[in-house]
Amino acid sequence: MLIVDSLRKSYGSTGPHRRPDDRERVFAVGGASFEVHDGELFTLLGPSGCGKTTTLRSIAGLERPDDGRITLTDRVLFDAARRVNVPASQRRLGMVFQSYAIWPHMNVFKNVSFPLEVLPRARRPRRAEIAERVERVLEVTELTDYADRSATKLSGGQQQRLALARALVIQPELMLLDEPLSNLDAKLRENMRFELKRLQRELGLTAIYVTHDQSEALVMSSRIAVMNKGSIEQVGKPREVYTAPATRFVAEFIGTSNFVTGIVASVRGEEITVDTVEGRMVSRGASIRPAVGSEVLLSIRPECVGLSVAPLSGRMNEWAGQVLTRAFLGDAVDHVVGVSKLEIRTRSNPTLSIEPGTRVSLTVDPDKVTLVPVN
Amino acid sequence: MTITAPPAPPTPRPLPPPESPLARIRRRLIPQVLLVGAAMLVVGYLAIVPLGYLVHDTFTGSSGISFSAFARAYGGDSQSGRMLLNSMGFALGSALLALSTGTVLAYVQVRTDVGFKGLLFAASMVPLIVPGILYAAAWIFLGDPSIGLINTLLLKPLTGASPVNVFSVWGMIWVQGLHLAPVAFLLMVAAFRMMDPSLEESAAMSGASRPTVLRRITLPLMRPALISAALLMFVQSLESFEVPGLLGLQNGIYVFTSRIYFVLRAYPIDYGAAGAYAIGLLAIAAAGVLMAGWLQRNARGFQTVTGKAFRPQLIQLGRARRWVGAGVIGYFVFTVVLPVGVLVYASLLKFYAAPSMAALRTMTLDNYAAVLHMPLAWTALRNSLYLGVGAATVVMLLAAVVSWVVVRTDLPGRRLLDLLAFTPIVIPGLVLGLALAFVYLRVPLPIYGTLAILLISYCTRYLPYGMRYASSAMTQMSRELEESATVCGASWPQTFRRVLVPLASSGILAGWVYILVVSFRELSSTILLYSPGNEVLSVLIWEQFENGQFTTLAAIGVCMVAILVGLVFLAYRLGARVGLLSNTAG
Repeated sequence: MLIVDSLRKSYGSTGPHRRPDDRERVFAVGGASFEVHDGELFTLLGPSGCGKTTTLRSIAGLERPDDGRITLTDRVLFDAARRVNVPASQRRLGMVFQSYAIWPHMNVFKNVSFPLEVLPRARRPRRAEIAERVERVLEVTELTDYADRSATKLSGGQQQRLALARALVIQPELMLLDEPLSNLDAKLRENMRFELKRLQRELGLTAIYVTHDQSEALVMSSRIAVMNKGSIEQVGKPREVYTAPATRFVAEFIGTSNFVTGIVASVRGEEITVDTVEGRMVSRGASIRPAVGSEVLLSIRPECVGLSVAPLSGRMNEWAGQVLTRAFLGDAVDHVVGVSKLEIRTRSNPTLSIEPGTRVSLTVDPDKVTLVPVN
Repeated sequence: MTITAPPAPPTPRPLPPPESPLARIRRRLIPQVLLVGAAMLVVGYLAIVPLGYLVHDTFTGSSGISFSAFARAYGGDSQSGRMLLNSMGFALGSALLALSTGTVLAYVQVRTDVGFKGLLFAASMVPLIVPGILYAAAWIFLGDPSIGLINTLLLKPLTGASPVNVFSVWGMIWVQGLHLAPVAFLLMVAAFRMMDPSLEESAAMSGASRPTVLRRITLPLMRPALISAALLMFVQSLESFEVPGLLGLQNGIYVFTSRIYFVLRAYPIDYGAAGAYAIGLLAIAAAGVLMAGWLQRNARGFQTVTGKAFRPQLIQLGRARRWVGAGVIGYFVFTVVLPVGVLVYASLLKFYAAPSMAALRTMTLDNYAAVLHMPLAWTALRNSLYLGVGAATVVMLLAAVVSWVVVRTDLPGRRLLDLLAFTPIVIPGLVLGLALAFVYLRVPLPIYGTLAILLISYCTRYLPYGMRYASSAMTQMSRELEESATVCGASWPQTFRRVLVPLASSGILAGWVYILVVSFRELSSTILLYSPGNEVLSVLIWEQFENGQFTTLAAIGVCMVAILVGLVFLAYRLGARVGLLSNTAG
């Protein structure tokens, strides 16, 4: 199990670019804490510059954090308070780089055998065992036929698998994956998602996966940590993060959502009633318990909004509006509906297509109205 | 939809207390730091110590600080005003000729559908394989007022006069400019290739004509490349000794370099005055660098012109294609065919004469036979080889380590190290030679008058070029390649040996060959530092010139070109990309 505790890393405070106004330093990571359980694929998800790669590189030992503690099972990898910083080369982790970082001057076999060959003499396996272990890993990654090939003569997908094989060969306790699929074209990327997930599950790997692609994160992860501006906004299973975003940022970053602010009018069991500019809305089964009178944010996914040309029926969570624009996406149709001052995006089956200007009614199931705390 | 306030920035917990200085030193005292220290010592010794001695000895008279050396050098009847004008005129003129020719040819090469493009690249190899001293000698055969072929074969029959005189400032500019033009050509080809053609295309779509695009878009975007090429041309012309030495001394046309040589050949030798000239030359070169830096101050805004190479749409020249093609052939004839041809021709004659039946009948290989039986020729060849291989090896080893420190680490002192390693590029060869003479005449080490002093000189002179090759090899290598080795468990020495060096090896090998080749033709510092028994090939050629042995000179020259062609060819076979492309100073 990996435990990262209050990890902090700032740029501009150390190294040759020391500036006099140290207070204005930029925190790449400002106190990230999380745990990764054994056998889990844990994803750090966020926009570029959110600190996810810095976090990963700190775990790898390629960056030296300013503060915090990183432990892997019983090994302390980094501890600012006790001045422990195990060099990257002695952490015995596997890492797949964004560019794969395949060494072009070695063939496929040599690339994979390298981590074994540089082990300290006492722990270095015999030559025959090295060959055996490399072959086993090449088999798992389906590269056996390419062992003698120059590493530069592989396709993108094969290079990706080679990078994975090289990381796997020392049977690391933890795998670090830095946007490993971002250099592949769209079709191959989708295939590799399942491939990676299958490997991770079959080999029982513990892995940290960094990506900015939310759909990738949702497909692959056991759990996701959503990062923003150097801190973690929410940690949860993919479904939790999607259906019960803890912050507005999470709701916005993962999928698209409609946001409406309101004041809590009443809390009755599972049902919370919120007064909004467009009338009273009911949410059922929300993950938070706001106090009556407090401000909350309603988050409603476009696919959870019912759209119909029928007149209002008078039930709860209903709005009347007018279609402003529509967009055909192939497997769905989006309509943007004006409800007084609000613009609500809906997503529906592509058979439904309503002319802009048409008056429509919108309905939302109370179960699908998510409440997000306003700080 | 409403907007909520962004989450408050996390309040940082106080950082742990700073570690004790001793602990920090112990933590930092890793092999890399020791390496930086050692590299700094070596580089600093090479780059700074000679200049220190030069300044000290020039400003020290019999009684403390004195300017008498300057008075002797520049005052009275020294005609230093003429010399200054000659120097500036020669350097600026050559730079202008080289830059304009090179830029036009580069544009033609990259952007038009002209034929014979191979000839332009063949011509670009000339400065590498035909040393300046041979190039100047070849142009004497062509442009001498009484025996030059251009006069005797072409102009005299036509006009009855011999107007071409290579022994003039204009002649010097012509020869130096043509010799440097290929360097400008290669620099500008690289710059044109790296410019995004869509910048020009969007101007064309806005309604600008081809000449307007060239004037308003292309040239302004090329400005940084033009300025740094111009600086390189200027400094190289300023420090050139071969051309002013061969073409200028004859008619008493002095520039700084030939003046220094002249002063040192007179008796009694006035080291102070030579030092004063050297400092003047150094000051002008440094002023050029500063001015180029000032002109480049906004260059960061031109980032569009760096990065990946593009393949632009070629301009259809149409009817003009034939004329431009003829121009390319003409250029090739003037820069390659005529000089090399005349050298070969002269090497086969007993006495130099214009081609005629009588001359053709006396053609013989005697000169080559004489060269083969000249013991000094073999000594010189051996010395040149020793020095070339030695300098190339030392420089590339040093450059590999230094550039790794500069490019890859954030160790303190790396910027200073970088600066130190580049300093020698503004030190003219003759100045360095003089400065080294000052050092080792006074330092009680048995170095003066041996090959070692030449080796030190070559290492200093070519360190900046070695740095170019090594650091571009290091820069091109993705940092992740190194990091992945570290994560895989490789220690720093293992990473250096098994990943870094093999990956950088082609760049390092290219640099090695380049330095080997340029060491072979080095004359301007050698001329002051060699001593009997330590002659090298370029000195041998110089001696033939001074003794008026022109046909022997041509024979040695042809042999030297053949050796250099062989070396360059070998380098290509080794897979190294050798060119002057990394020769981008400033």
